[in-house]
Amino acid sequence: MTEGVLPALIGTAQPARWPRVEVDAATWEELGDLLAAGTLDLVSLWAEDGAVHAALREGAAAAILSVVATGGRFPSLGRDHAPALRLERAIQDLTGLVAEGIPDLRPWLDHGRWAGGTGGVYEFLPVEGEGLHQIPVGPVHAGIIEPGHFRFTAHGETVVRLEQRLGYTHKGTAGLMRGAAPLHAARLAGRVSGDATVAYAFAFALAAEQAAGIEAPARAQWLRILMAELERLANHLGDIGAICNDAAFAVLFAHFGALRERVLRASKAAFGHRLMMDAIVPGGVAHDIAPDGVAAVEALLATLHRQLPRLVKTYDETNSLQDRTVGTGVVRAAWARRFAAGGYIGRAAGRDFDARRWGAYGGYDALTFDVPVLEAGDVNARVWVRIRELEQSMALIAQALQRLPALPWQSPLPLPAREGEGAALVESFRGDVFLWLRLGADGHVVACHFRDPSWFQWPLLEAAIENNIVADFPLCNKSFNCAYSGHDG
Amino acid sequence: MSKLLWHGLLAPLTEPAPAADEEATATLRALGRELGTATRRRLGRSLAIRELDAGSCNGCELEINALGNAFYDLERFGLRFVASPRHADVLLVTGPVTLNMREAMERTWLAMPAPKFVVAAGDCAIGCGLFAASPVCVGAVDKVLPVDLRIAGCPPDPTALLRGLLSLIAANQ
Repeated sequence: MTEGVLPALIGTAQPARWPRVEVDAATWEELGDLLAAGTLDLVSLWAEDGAVHAALREGAAAAILSVVATGGRFPSLGRDHAPALRLERAIQDLTGLVAEGIPDLRPWLDHGRWAGGTGGVYEFLPVEGEGLHQIPVGPVHAGIIEPGHFRFTAHGETVVRLEQRLGYTHKGTAGLMRGAAPLHAARLAGRVSGDATVAYAFAFALAAEQAAGIEAPARAQWLRILMAELERLANHLGDIGAICNDAAFAVLFAHFGALRERVLRASKAAFGHRLMMDAIVPGGVAHDIAPDGVAAVEALLATLHRQLPRLVKTYDETNSLQDRTVGTGVVRAAWARRFAAGGYIGRAAGRDFDARRWGAYGGYDALTFDVPVLEAGDVNARVWVRIRELEQSMALIAQALQRLPALPWQSPLPLPAREGEGAALVESFRGDVFLWLRLGADGHVVACHFRDPSWFQWPLLEAAIENNIVADFPLCNKSFNCAYSGHDG
Repeated sequence: MSKLLWHGLLAPLTEPAPAADEEATATLRALGRELGTATRRRLGRSLAIRELDAGSCNGCELEINALGNAFYDLERFGLRFVASPRHADVLLVTGPVTLNMREAMERTWLAMPAPKFVVAAGDCAIGCGLFAASPVCVGAVDKVLPVDLRIAGCPPDPTALLRGLLSLIAANQ
């Protein structure tokens, strides 16, 4: 009935969006080829309780395949498919399982500083050639940003290679969720990456509700979408301004920064917290929108409709700015496809994927919106995708607001205590956040895994910066705006 | 573009300064952290801040960044963020101090010239927040560095941050 490799692997097409089936090691090894051939997209890869799980997507189909790590070993997918490499290195660091045949033996999140760690020097990949020099940057960076290390090898002004080292902000968040009540674990999920706190809480709630077999009340669904789109507005506005600032165009930075502040103030007026932390909970939303919240959001939309077109025109017509963003930091379409890179990074390089459309979760299928896709893959294309997404988010907010009055407020539904698994793919401003969890018979979290979109975006920054000048790195980096904490966990 | 500039100038967004946090000012004074006359004359009302993320979720960074927007305009108070710890009077730390960031934090503090203040911003930096039980976090900043001022919140909003930072100046007047 259904065609494709994935439906064949999992048997019949199952109603659940993320059915999980166990496969043997031989089938697991075949996955490497299917991923490398582009038949399947790697959505995530993680381990718990002696098994390794791969979340996979093939067109409209999705599934989680699991292999038991016999004797603590499992076949490496990273051997055939580079996007799996860092995830496998993280699995090895966190669980002690061994990815057999993994070509990169270095740790990733483990810096040798955890209990029993031995420190040790991290070996960056060798770079050979005449007249090359290295520039180490971080983990403490010059600005007010998260910590990570960049090792540049440059030839004069030109970057020959960038190698990243991450893991500095690893907090053991998934470990802290084990055994926790869903409400507490949801708060932790909301602090995986503060800028995407709504998206993470949303993903956690959807997965927990799926595991418990319930669905959030209708009004809560529209409030969630309202929050998710406000979060997208705030981040896109702030980042577009910051990109202009990294190209030394401070006036747009100031104007976009003021608009971001207005979004945060409207969010606070509507939901009581500027970043809307802990507002989405399993079973619904923590509180109804404040009585004057709708007016605050409507006033915000009016301000944006009035001011945004002039700012966008200035971006588009300022030659000195375009000179910096056009043709800089190009992500090739083939890279975006191979890494299944989500968000504006993928969509600016021709990858037409948006979890809101693909998964149609939480009520998005009832709303009208476009998914802007461009081909150029440069800083400018990433800015334009985000400008277009601002417009779409404003339209989505208006649609969600329209649906609110007809629906009554309901407190969050209690999760029935029962065993179950759930997974969700939620489109954060940065790209698709994947979250999987298992609830135990007591209703508490047995295990939870989350994968930030940055896992598949950071490696593309290494590729995109090649042959650009060192001075353009901040611009490229900001146009990616990958998460450190989101990635490190 | 000139129209855009003028529009910004004619409709100022900057808000009146919030009051310094009196309790924090009193605490700082009680701690004897006010500076000698000579140092006070040198620093005046100007403090250079080096922000350091010791493992935060980046929520605190978002709000610290907001201090620079037109509504809060941090620099009108003589407070400014600097890139190098060598130029800094204040180390503004966020996060539950991960084991992977501890050494970088210590080295940043050591690189700062005296007199210097340490400000712990956000619930993680103050008391390790939701990550108190994490085996891969050291915990609150004061387990590693001498903390002079604590600004609570998850994350603290820009007004709370501003009130705290202004108390640093007030304590020395």
